[in-house]
Amino acid sequence: MNEPIIKIENISKKYNIGHTEPYYSMRDQITNLFSFNKPKKTEEFWALTDINLDIQKGDTVGIIGRNGAGKSTLLKILSQITAPTTGKITMNGRVASLLEVGTGFHPELTGRENIFLNGAILGMTGKEIARKFEEIVNFSEIEKFLDTPVKRYSSGMYVRLAFAVAAHLEPEILIVDEVLAVGDAQFQNKCLGKISEIGKQGRTVIFVSHNMATVKSLCKKCFLLDKGKVVACGETDKILDIYLSDKSINDNGISDLSDINLRKNSSENSRFKFDKVSIINSENQINGSLKLFEAFTIIIDGSHTLKSEDFSLAFDIKSSLGTTMFNSITDSKGLFSSSTLNKKKFSIQFKENYLPPGTYTIGISANGKNVLDWIPEAISFSIEPVSKDLTTLIDKFDGVIIHPHEWVSLA
Amino acid sequence: MESVKQYTIEPPKKFANINFSELWRFRELLYIFVWRDIKVRYKQTAVGVAWAVFQPLFTMLIFTIFFGRLAKVPSDGVPYPIFVYCGLLLWNYFSVALTNASDSMIINENIIKKVYFPRLLLPFSTAITPIIDFAVSLIILFILMAFYHFTPHILGIILIPFLLLISLISASGLGILLASINVKYRDVRYALPFFIQMLLFITPVIYPVSMIPAKFQWIILLNPMSGVITTARNAFLHGTFNWHLPAISLGIGLVLLIVGISYFRKTERFFADIL
Repeated sequence: MNEPIIKIENISKKYNIGHTEPYYSMRDQITNLFSFNKPKKTEEFWALTDINLDIQKGDTVGIIGRNGAGKSTLLKILSQITAPTTGKITMNGRVASLLEVGTGFHPELTGRENIFLNGAILGMTGKEIARKFEEIVNFSEIEKFLDTPVKRYSSGMYVRLAFAVAAHLEPEILIVDEVLAVGDAQFQNKCLGKISEIGKQGRTVIFVSHNMATVKSLCKKCFLLDKGKVVACGETDKILDIYLSDKSINDNGISDLSDINLRKNSSENSRFKFDKVSIINSENQINGSLKLFEAFTIIIDGSHTLKSEDFSLAFDIKSSLGTTMFNSITDSKGLFSSSTLNKKKFSIQFKENYLPPGTYTIGISANGKNVLDWIPEAISFSIEPVSKDLTTLIDKFDGVIIHPHEWVSLA
Repeated sequence: MESVKQYTIEPPKKFANINFSELWRFRELLYIFVWRDIKVRYKQTAVGVAWAVFQPLFTMLIFTIFFGRLAKVPSDGVPYPIFVYCGLLLWNYFSVALTNASDSMIINENIIKKVYFPRLLLPFSTAITPIIDFAVSLIILFILMAFYHFTPHILGIILIPFLLLISLISASGLGILLASINVKYRDVRYALPFFIQMLLFITPVIYPVSMIPAKFQWIILLNPMSGVITTARNAFLHGTFNWHLPAISLGIGLVLLIVGISYFRKTERFFADIL
């Protein structure tokens, strides 16, 4: 085999987590000089430990793992956004990384101007952008709004334009993080098509996603990360099996939500925060492993810290392949009778359960004018392929719901 | 994309050199950042240009009333408004460039956390952007001189690009240093306007350097903008030139730049972790 295009040797990354303020201030630093107390200890956290990987030229490789497994940290190190603590990576080609769509888009500038700005930030030269300008505009389907400031764009248009620019990068190595989670399904497919095309041109693609269906369709090979280590690598189907059947990826029916890393887009001093979520089975026990058709209840604890207007609460349940099974939104006013500021607790009851066997994740969010708190993967649970009374055993199941029904002989 | 040869990613070394070839490779991004800032600044054309015109003009007016008329600060024999405006021209550029450069990391936080490029481009580009405002103010200076029937000396026009360059070097040098400190210590950001205000009074903007007793003048000259402003005035208003002043300013400016870049390079690799 040839020399790998990316050779990762013994890469580790340590973060120091301070438990006080997120930033230092000069004032504190100076007062610390004169105080006799030792400065507060920071806790060490190893986001990655001893990663060794070889990635061959032309491969489309998926990186999967739970939230907090270190996928994002690895991508950030590969894209040189942050430096590793130990180890060495040898790159044999130019990298473009797409950790976010529309990095650097300026709301005041027009679509046309942002194509040039974003392209340059992603590493394209002016000539290159000019050459591909037409193609980018066609791909984005926003010709009409090219000279409108992007602040007037709908979020769909924004994403289209941003992805169109990114899709026309021509690096030797393309690093893509979870960016496809946005946009409508049709456009998502178009983007996936573009990525697989890039892969077929002999370029190397590193792809991170929670959507297992996408990983499966794009990547031949996969790496499974868990707690900062590579726990498995090989053919995608094999790795997905390991990942999806791993019992440790199911929570035990209870999940502590204090970790800031679980959150997306949540403002720091939000007036509502989720604290804990648990799953109660039909026997009133906390259990993340449910039987087929078993009724269950989700119990959510939150803190309501600042007085404010009403907000909405929402949840969704996603399958392990990333498909949203269903979602629901309600108003906080209807749910909480008193508007006092304190701990809140509420439940979502499922008297009937038509979910087929598999692993599911629950995402929860609280939204006022802005996102108050949003945890895309708050807890996961599984449905076992057997009913409680052990009478129904699912064997050759296909589909997205198990609808109750009866077979009746009429003749 | 231009192809690059093999490169490695490793833990940061103690002393990082400036990677000139990399900076050169990313030169277009520098233009783009400057272009973006100018574009955004002048997007609402009326407000953008009006601000560049009125801000120095009103400052000049206030200073003329309080320092020129009421406090009777000497102005080396030229009308005080022209005298003070001449100083403000370069001072305003310096203070805006310095503020922009030291805020550049925090303002562009979202890009820094998502894409790699030499971070040095940001403080540099933001220090270059206010040159546009400088050009507008320079035109106002000539209009002001015409209004007072004052003929500027050609020497001033010849020297102004060099003086601007020295100001750019000083502002970006100090700005780069403050930018990296700003990432770690967020309160520095709030102290800076006060610091700049103090600096205005120990720079010969509202008074001539000749007002300072000769044996203390060297202290004033440690501030690179003192030499720049005094040289600009001498050249524009009197047609005289003493190369010592800009040479000292350039020297100090370069020292600031080297110190700034060294500190910046040392801390750069951790920006994304603490921003």
